[in-house]
Amino acid sequence: MSDTLLSVQGVETYYGNIRALAGVNVEVKKGEIVSLIGANGAGKSTLMMTVCGSPQARTGSIIFDGEDITRLPTHLIARRRIAQSPEGRRIFPRMTVYENLQMGASLDNLKYFNEDVEKIFTLFPRLKERQSQRGGTLSGGEQQMLSIGRALMARPKLLLLDEPSLGLAPLIIKQIFDAIKVLNEEQGLTVFLVEQNAFAALKLSHRAYVMVNGQVTMSGSGKELLANPEVRAAYLEGGRH
Amino acid sequence: MSNISNTNESAGGNLTARALREGIFAGIIALGLFVLFVGLETTQNIRNELVLNQRWGLLAIFVIIAAVGRFLTVAYFQPSMAARKAAASKVAADTEESFFKRNFSKIAIVALLIYPPLMVMLFGVQGSLKWVDNFGIQILIYVMLAWGLNIVVGLAGLLDLGYVAFYAVGAYSYALLSQQFGFSFWVLLPLAGILAAFWGMILGFPVLRLKGDYLAIVTLAFGEIIRLVLINWTEVTKGTFGVSGIPKASIFGIWSFDVSAPNNFAKAFGLPMSSAYYKIFLFYLILALALLTAYVTIRLRRMPIGRAWEALREDEIACRSLGINTVTTKLTAFAIGAMFGGFAGSFFAVRQGFVSPESFVFLESAIILAIVVLGGMGSLVGIAVAAAVMVGGTELLREMTFLKAVFGPDFTPELYRMLIFGLAMVVVMVWKPRGFVGSREPTAFLRERKSVSGSFTKEGHG
Repeated sequence: MSDTLLSVQGVETYYGNIRALAGVNVEVKKGEIVSLIGANGAGKSTLMMTVCGSPQARTGSIIFDGEDITRLPTHLIARRRIAQSPEGRRIFPRMTVYENLQMGASLDNLKYFNEDVEKIFTLFPRLKERQSQRGGTLSGGEQQMLSIGRALMARPKLLLLDEPSLGLAPLIIKQIFDAIKVLNEEQGLTVFLVEQNAFAALKLSHRAYVMVNGQVTMSGSGKELLANPEVRAAYLEGGRH
Repeated sequence: MSNISNTNESAGGNLTARALREGIFAGIIALGLFVLFVGLETTQNIRNELVLNQRWGLLAIFVIIAAVGRFLTVAYFQPSMAARKAAASKVAADTEESFFKRNFSKIAIVALLIYPPLMVMLFGVQGSLKWVDNFGIQILIYVMLAWGLNIVVGLAGLLDLGYVAFYAVGAYSYALLSQQFGFSFWVLLPLAGILAAFWGMILGFPVLRLKGDYLAIVTLAFGEIIRLVLINWTEVTKGTFGVSGIPKASIFGIWSFDVSAPNNFAKAFGLPMSSAYYKIFLFYLILALALLTAYVTIRLRRMPIGRAWEALREDEIACRSLGINTVTTKLTAFAIGAMFGGFAGSFFAVRQGFVSPESFVFLESAIILAIVVLGGMGSLVGIAVAAAVMVGGTELLREMTFLKAVFGPDFTPELYRMLIFGLAMVVVMVWKPRGFVGSREPTAFLRERKSVSGSFTKEGHG
């Protein structure tokens, strides 16, 4: 049995005539946390969205768990148990926290809902306090927790996180990254993470890729990249305030 | 409360003085504003010369209205509003909702069930016709249509400006099929619903990718297409002449309402002949249909498809990433919404006995949509109240013959229907921007309901 869960091979994605991804190769093994770092507009989020099938890759292939999912529509990709916490969180603002979590469990038609919702509430106790509040009234950090919680309700094999630290206070970022670590270590959840906050992401990840202008320019273990002088110059020292 | 009355006592004299002062100021401002517009009028006389008419009396009326109005507002209206606000905030804090408010829908259903017999008792068999037919049935048709549209607009968030098309499909399905093949109402009612749902899907397919204003324009065009087909396909629909002589419905085939039929309802029970029985039967029929719509809506909201609709309204991309097939979700919303439109349409045909394209103009779509928006999208009770106020209100205008005495014999109050309708909409939208019942009821709770603070959460990303 191969332990590769997600394999992105030579993927090119276009927005109209503009090429956003120029032949990207990325591999995520089972049980890993892999992060993708890079500057604004490098194509990080595009790669994540391409994995989810919107937009679809023009060339190349995306293999998930031994199956080619390149041409599948988004909702069928989600049914292969790839859950996503999208950029900007995209929770349902007028539905309550509880209903948002229900929506996450709609793949199994709420079969494991009661069991799973308790797990989410243990992981993020704040969500339990806020469960009957509307999603739109939550703070940014709580919304991010809800977005991750909603994705976890689908019992994913692979969790895609698009910029979970975006616009959050350092303390909240730490809480969220700790939660990701717990999920990975205790439940063996595979996580593919897109981040601008390179320092926190590299510290957390087993492996990482650096993306520049739609191409992967560097890869290695989190520690290696943290020590790499080029990465330090481009993403760490300049980026830290 | 004591707080307020204290300030009132100490400021009692002040208040009158202030009101007087503000009233005089308002009068002066009005004088300045209107002296040239109202006080002086230029007209041409018979020799084409410009003459200046002086209208000081009219100007005085304007100024007095402004001054007295301002005086009354400051002296009485504003303090009473402030007192009510203070009282309301105090009451809301510690008391629960009144019995009436909690059981509003049950009380309303019981009231509707006893409404026709009550009217017969009050106004006699013939006198009840107006109240049961013009008010009862007319309002309930719009309640049902608005509840049907609510599934598409309120739950799934798909702005549909051509809803009347499905109403027309239902009406013509019944009218034509009953005349051509002699099917009874009870066979054709589900058939009309299915046909309308089918047309809902046909509309749904091309607009799957559209949203918001673009979707609205295409649905608007769809409504017009259906109407134009009805006008121009004269061999089948008889064009603008319409289809007349549509058979009446019977009580499940047991009793008929045809005067000549041996099993006529009035004959069977030895009652005097009257069309009122048929109207009362129709009243209960549309009431049952409307309640069916409400029941289905409430059930669906708790089912996966209903949750998917609401999620779709909030965020389509998030929906897809959660594994929801947005294509089938949208199509079912269109189809189920259209189906209730079709039911209402076949009821309309059976009630009128005559259908023509005149009944299915864009204005109807607009009124139905306005009722949904005014009532508060997604709220069944709010929509029913809005329909009663809007449709009942315009019907009431016809009754206001006493206004002829005030404004002269040429005055026809129903001509001002749309003006008042528009004004009412503006007023409601200013006071209650989310409709009569603006807050969405959650469908799921973990243990108990808590008060939900987020009724003002905006759409989009909070």
